[in-house]
Parts: sequence; structure tokens; C-alpha cells
Amino acid sequence: MTFKEIYDLQSWDEVKKSICDKSSHDVETALSSNRRTPEDFKAMISPAAAPYLEQMAQLSHQLTQKRFGKTIQLYVPMYLSNECNNICTYCGFSLDNKIKRKTLTTDEILREITEIKKHGFNHILLVTGEAKQRVNVDYFIKAIEIIKPYFANISIEVQPLEQNEYEELQHSGIYAVLVYQETYHKEKYKEYHPRGKKSDFYYRLETPDRIGNAGMHKIGLGVLLGLEDWRTDSFFCALHLDYLQKKYWQTKYSISFPRIRPIEVAKNGNISKVFKTFEVSVTDKELAQLICAYRLFNEDVELSISTRESEKFRNNIIKLGVTSMSAGSKTNPGGYAVEPESLEQFEISDERNANQIAKLISSINYEPVWKDWDKSFL
Amino acid sequence: MKKLIIAGKEFQSRLFLGTGKFGSSKQMEDAVLASGSELVTVALKRIDTSKVLKTFEVYDDILKHLAHPHIKLLPNTSGARNAKEAVFAAQLSREALETNWLKLEIHPDPKYLMPDPIETLKATEELTKLGFVVLPYIHADPVLCKRLEDAGAAVVMPLGSPIGSNKGLKTIDFLEIIIEQSKIPVIIDAGIGAPSDAAKAMELGADAVLVNTAIAVAGNPIEMARAFKMAVEAGRMAYKAKPGTIKQIAEASSPLTAFLY
Repeated sequence: MTFKEIYDLQSWDEVKKSICDKSSHDVETALSSNRRTPEDFKAMISPAAAPYLEQMAQLSHQLTQKRFGKTIQLYVPMYLSNECNNICTYCGFSLDNKIKRKTLTTDEILREITEIKKHGFNHILLVTGEAKQRVNVDYFIKAIEIIKPYFANISIEVQPLEQNEYEELQHSGIYAVLVYQETYHKEKYKEYHPRGKKSDFYYRLETPDRIGNAGMHKIGLGVLLGLEDWRTDSFFCALHLDYLQKKYWQTKYSISFPRIRPIEVAKNGNISKVFKTFEVSVTDKELAQLICAYRLFNEDVELSISTRESEKFRNNIIKLGVTSMSAGSKTNPGGYAVEPESLEQFEISDERNANQIAKLISSINYEPVWKDWDKSFL
Repeated sequence: MKKLIIAGKEFQSRLFLGTGKFGSSKQMEDAVLASGSELVTVALKRIDTSKVLKTFEVYDDILKHLAHPHIKLLPNTSGARNAKEAVFAAQLSREALETNWLKLEIHPDPKYLMPDPIETLKATEELTKLGFVVLPYIHADPVLCKRLEDAGAAVVMPLGSPIGSNKGLKTIDFLEIIIEQSKIPVIIDAGIGAPSDAAKAMELGADAVLVNTAIAVAGNPIEMARAFKMAVEAGRMAYKAKPGTIKQIAEASSPLTAFLY
């Protein structure tokens, strides 16, 4: 069965209702189980599980330490381009946002890396919009060649590609590909992505399969929290994870938890900060519940928290199941050295630099891990 | 008294340690010192081997914390999915760390980190030809152990239970067969969750045990390292003292064969 077939068998409304209908008994059954099922995951993300948050956190803490130890991996995102042919109504790089577009040149990439390396990073995530004419596999490979000598581990978060393109990227040194479905609500997906290649829901849905078939070491999944009901969306994402892990059993997986952030929008040539209101917000408590639920559902999945989250949340979430964090992030191409003032994809919340985050991690007796991969394995 | 000798090197301590999962490199160092271990394994993927990276400030300093004269480094290939990757990583590690010792770990399955027997055998054959001292991490599979022995492995390292699970010696029946048959040292690796598990492994006649998670994730890793040191010593001592056999059959009060005498 393909994931499209699995997905098509599910009804959004029924899934949503079944999560809401979970009882405290279902939660207790899930928590006392040794091998938790997708139904258990539903119980753990349900409103009925809210009173069990401390218990879930304790369990998640133990399981995470057992598997990952007292460590947090550190990575840094580098935006290569903000050119984009898609309209995504929540994104600062959306085609209809009249901002100055930029794609880093070879020389600019080197300048950015030089700045980033001063902070000690060894794992890097390359990010772009979707503009295939200029920012395509040839461009990525050129960028990777420049970046490779400086970083032990390179991941990318770019437009969905074909299997052969992922194979090319893997051969050139890419370790992981991150591709978020944004929302698993098919109809809402089309409203949020009215134009561009991204508007094809199923092409995006089947992207992790193409990555898996290409033999990539790691696949990153996630939903953009705030577009739709986070519980239902996360259930579909967990189902996707479960399907992929069984099918591409040699691949590692990670989950990210991006919550919608304010974006800057250009109006009549002026850029102004706007808080877009989105349908469903996710509270800190709910996000913590979701993180713990993922850990209890899947002991070995990597869980990542970005600088979208606040200092307070990031300080405290480390012990609840998270395994990797970004630090000192810039979400604009050239943000580290070339053009620090250009428009960001979204506004970050935790502005502390890498050194401060490493100190924070050490202060709670965890080890910040800067290198956990070697190019010799690629 | 039979000493533990691997590839010509003699070990006083029969407790080997892993260096991952600790809360800090300093804590790892203190635990290693408290354990009395003379052989510690380090994941190659955690070490900066590239000269380019070294020109920048490096935060990872595992090696600095292991620079003690009595400690021998055992690089491991954790992360390798097949023999080809493992052999490549081994060569890199030999160059960077100046040792031909290698803990061979090939787990294509990142979920349970189960060792791949086919690729491990293949890599062992290649690596011994290249002059490596190979310590392969494997399932508690007696036939595979003999095949690895034939291929020139320096030791075999069968697992007690899934790695990091702290479940103890779930494979005990197979470990006993392996220990009985082996001509090379048997080191029980993975799954040892408590000092009592380590003592049990040594009582069975294992030549050494390798412990990581149970020490690293303990509330007090240094005390736990000490506890493991004592347990391994006690287990070894008990093995050498030849414990009395457990009576399998009770002495019957009404013997069935009395009429024969």
C-alpha cells in the first residue's frame, strides 16, 4: 500500500472526532503500554491526555535519555535563496510578497560559511524557496561542493524533487532531506497554497517516498502548526512516519514542530510586520504534550526544536524529549554576513547565539553535540 | 591465572566502556577513570578528523578527555550501513587516530541498531586482510561467531539484549554456547543494564563486558562506573573460583531405584 492509499482511506473529520473522543482510560492504556500504536498516539495527543502531561514528560525524559543519552545536537540553517514561484499565504517568501529577491553566489556562500563556522557549527541545514529556473539541483550541487569541506553533516530543506535528483544530492554529500507537508488537510492545503508547483497536494505527500527510494540517510517530517487542527494534522504525520519507517527501514527520521510565526509583508513598497491570524493556535502546553507523545510513540525518532520558539520554552523543553536544536539562526539569504538586514522568511523568537545555547545545554548537565556524523559514511 | 590478551595487548581490567550519551565530556572522563577501564570505544562520527574543521574552533573534545596513558582508544564505525562504508570509515579512523584497532559496528537499521551479520562478516574478512585488529559487534549467534573467528576477528562481541535497552542478558543460552566454543575472547556488548548483569556475564565465563548506556545515563555515572568495576571483578573471581553446580534434581525421599541395590 502506498501512503496515498493509506491517506485516502482516512477521513479527516472522523480522525478528528476519534481524537476528541479519547477518554482518560484510553490515555492510561496508552501510557502503560510497551509498544504504542497509532491509536495510542491519538490518545496521547487528545484533550483527555492534558492532565497526564507530567507523567508523559517523565516517561519521555527517560526514554529519550536511554536512547540518545544526555545530549543535544546543534545545527544551523543557512538560507541560500528567497526566490519562490509559490504562493503560500503564511510565508514571507511568497511570490505575491513584493520583496527584493536574492540567491547567494559562490562567493557569498563562502562569506556566510566563514561567519557560521566562527560559532562552531558542524551540522548545517540549507534552505531555499522554490524557483526551479535558478535554484535547482545544479545550483544545489555547486553549493554543496563549496560547503562540504567545512561541515560534517549537510541537510536540505528545498522544493520537492524527483527520485533521481535526490540520488544526485545524496552522492554529492547530502545526509538528510526535510520536507514538511505543512497540513494533511487536503482542501485547506489548497487554500494555503493556491499557486505554484507546491499546490499539488499529492506530489508533496509522496515526496518522502522518493527520498526514501533514493536511499537518503535521514528524512525530516513535520506539519506547520497553526494551519489546521494540530492534533489531527500530527496524527497524519505520525501515520506517515510509521509507514515510512516500515518501508524505508534503513532510513532515520526526524520530526520538527514549526509553529506559525509573524511574517513581514511588503505593501506599496513598504515592509510592515503583520501578525496573521491563523485558524488554530497551539499553546506551549499543547506543544509539550505533542513532543512527549511523539517520543512515547516512537523511541528512536529525532525531535527538533528551532529558534521559532521562545527562550523560556527552549530552556525547558530539552529534558522532555528533544534531541536537536538550531541556534543563532538567520532566516534570510545572506543573513549571517552578506546582507544581515534583508527580509526574513519568518521572525525568530530565541535570538541567543550558539555559544549561549551551548552554555544553556551544559548548565542542565547535557552535552551539546556539534558533530555526530562523518562524511566517510556517504 | 589466565590474563585477558587481545592482539598481544594485555588488559588488567575486563570492563570496557562506551563514551556516548554522557552529560559532558568531563563526566565521561571521570566515569572512565572510576571504572578502571583500559579500553574505551569512541564513535568515529563524533570525532573531528578533517584538517579544515580543525582550523576553526572545535567544541567537541572527547579525545582530549581520553588522553590517559593506561587508556587504549577503540574507534567504532557506528553509522556505517554496510561493509563498504565500514571499511572506508575504518581506514579513515586508522589514519586519524593512529590505531589499527577497530570496533566494527554495522547496523543498517537505525531503529533498533541491529548488527548486520552478512555485512559484518564481509567487512571483517576485508579488514583483517588490511591489517586491522577487528572487534565485531554482532548478534549472539554461535555460528556467526565461529565464522568471524575463522575470518580473523580478534574477539567477538555478541549482544546481551538490544543496544541501549538495559534489559540484561536476554540471549544467555546463546552466550553460553558462544563462550563454550570460542577460541578467541568473548566480550558481551550491548544491553547490560546493571552491575548484576555484568557480574552474571563474567560468571558465565565471558572474557570482558562493554558497558555504555547503563553508566552514562545513570543518576550518578561515576558511582555507577565504580559499581560496574566491582561487579566485573566479583563476577570474574566467582568464575575462577568455580561455583558449585545448581542441583537440577531434588534428592527424592522415596527413591525409585532402591530395588536395584
